[in-house]
Amino acid sequence: MIIPAHYFLILSAILFFIGVFGFFTRRNLVSLLISTELMLNAVDINFAVFNAYCHPGLLEGYVFAIFGIGIAAAETAVAIAIIINVYRNIHSIHIKRLRELKH
Amino acid sequence: MNYIQFFHMRPEASLLGFFLIIFLYDLIYTGRSRRYFHPLVCVAMLLHTVICFRDTSEYTLFEGMYHSNAMIVFVKAMLAFGSAIVVMQAHRWLRITTTYYKQGEFYILLLSTLVGMYFMISARHFLLLFVGIELASLPMACMVAFDKYRHHSAEAGIKYILTSMFASAVMLYGISFLYGTTGSLYYNEVREGLTASPMQIYALVMFFAGLGFKISLVPFHLWTADSYEGAPTAVTAYLSVISKGAAAFTLFIVLTTVFAPMIEQWQTILYITTVASITIANLFAMKQRNIKRFMAFSSISQAGYIVLAMIGGTAQGMSAMVYYVLVYIFANLAVFGVIGAVEHNIKNEVRRETLDGFYKSNPKLAFLTTLALFSLAGIPPFAGFFSKFFVFMSAFGAGFKVLVFIALINTVISLYYYLLIVKAMYINRNDTPVPPFKCSIITRASLAICLIGIISLGICSFVYGGINSISFGM
Repeated sequence: MIIPAHYFLILSAILFFIGVFGFFTRRNLVSLLISTELMLNAVDINFAVFNAYCHPGLLEGYVFAIFGIGIAAAETAVAIAIIINVYRNIHSIHIKRLRELKH
Repeated sequence: MNYIQFFHMRPEASLLGFFLIIFLYDLIYTGRSRRYFHPLVCVAMLLHTVICFRDTSEYTLFEGMYHSNAMIVFVKAMLAFGSAIVVMQAHRWLRITTTYYKQGEFYILLLSTLVGMYFMISARHFLLLFVGIELASLPMACMVAFDKYRHHSAEAGIKYILTSMFASAVMLYGISFLYGTTGSLYYNEVREGLTASPMQIYALVMFFAGLGFKISLVPFHLWTADSYEGAPTAVTAYLSVISKGAAAFTLFIVLTTVFAPMIEQWQTILYITTVASITIANLFAMKQRNIKRFMAFSSISQAGYIVLAMIGGTAQGMSAMVYYVLVYIFANLAVFGVIGAVEHNIKNEVRRETLDGFYKSNPKLAFLTTLALFSLAGIPPFAGFFSKFFVFMSAFGAGFKVLVFIALINTVISLYYYLLIVKAMYINRNDTPVPPFKCSIITRASLAICLIGIISLGICSFVYGGINSISFGM
């Protein structure tokens, strides 16, 4: 039995908006990073599903998904480096402590 | 595969060449000859600007993924020249002990963001566009967090990288729906498949939100003030001018080449974001005391004017936008050059009160800042007036009369807060003004270039004429 395409799309939409929700409600920098990762993974699912169901035979969507995964990894690496830098400076990665700018 | 194609990508290839030279210089020369590092980079950047201009013919490479013509080459050369000015202004900052030994990293990061912007502009395929945007924003985050031992810088960096990741995820979600409904990622093939179905409108909105973060339009502007304030001044200048200009030009190209069949939908989006950006940024700019934060809100409002130029999607709109960005580069970099110099001398952040009585102690710098602020506000003899005029003219020609009227009122409001700084410098009394100081010769040269740009671009009509002759629209 083949799973219909819209099941996957609903899954990816739910995943994406869990990421958006997490990005706005979480108060820890690493959790924010995880939320954005969820969003990027939802996009990868979307590309793979569209390629497999709507445009089979070509590889454009799969290739895009692979690029997406690679670049997401690079982004995570940079973000974690900066989070470590934040921790070294203020000994916390809680968002409440990041209010120095503004005043 | 036809390898000769790589030689046609002259701007990118020359930039990569300089990249390798700088990288090797950084590794090999660690002793006294490091003094020549900064002048070498300045010369390399200016040389690169000249090389960019050499080949302005139109060609398409890699099965239509990469496109170049006279206008695109002009924009690239403009961005390269702006980055050269930024590097020149960073001279004093790069000489202090905490940054002196990692200045090579700064140049390398700056050049890689520039390569990313080149690919963003030239891309005719969404994959290349995505890779270009990421190449432009990842090293940028490292640059924002460059002052490792100042926690403001790290805070600004984390805010920049998280919002940029969020924005790129939103943009990719939009692109995935475009791919699903049209079956291709090439700009021209996507365009043929567009029918303004609900899913495609959803994709358009998502895509616009992603690029809106980069240009910092109003619903997506929340990172701007904090990142601009915390970043090192040279990086703030780079963010506010070069990064914004490249993203705006990319947005124009995507809207006119890909989303041309959906012009009604994106005109509505642009209408709302323009009004919101100009008005809200103006209201917030008035009460800012920190000058860098003030310039952040000023740049959001300027972004509103840049977007106003693209609302018609015509060739005239493109020339107005490119001219606006060109003038904006000189005016904004002049202000940031002065801020950087003052900041270096008082070893503290620059607030509006700091500049009280600035004219008494440093008349030349105060005069330059005044001219630049007049140009940003759009007062007649300077270039800023003409650039605003052309933007309004193009939007008026496209039939957006009410919008132009709102923008005009906001220009008057913006005059108020730009003049507050001028007033502080000339009229306000201060017993302890900024002590008189001399900038280094490279910084002075960069400020002179900005001054010439602000005055001459308004007078020399052939600049706009030249841009107008190579621009293209829908």
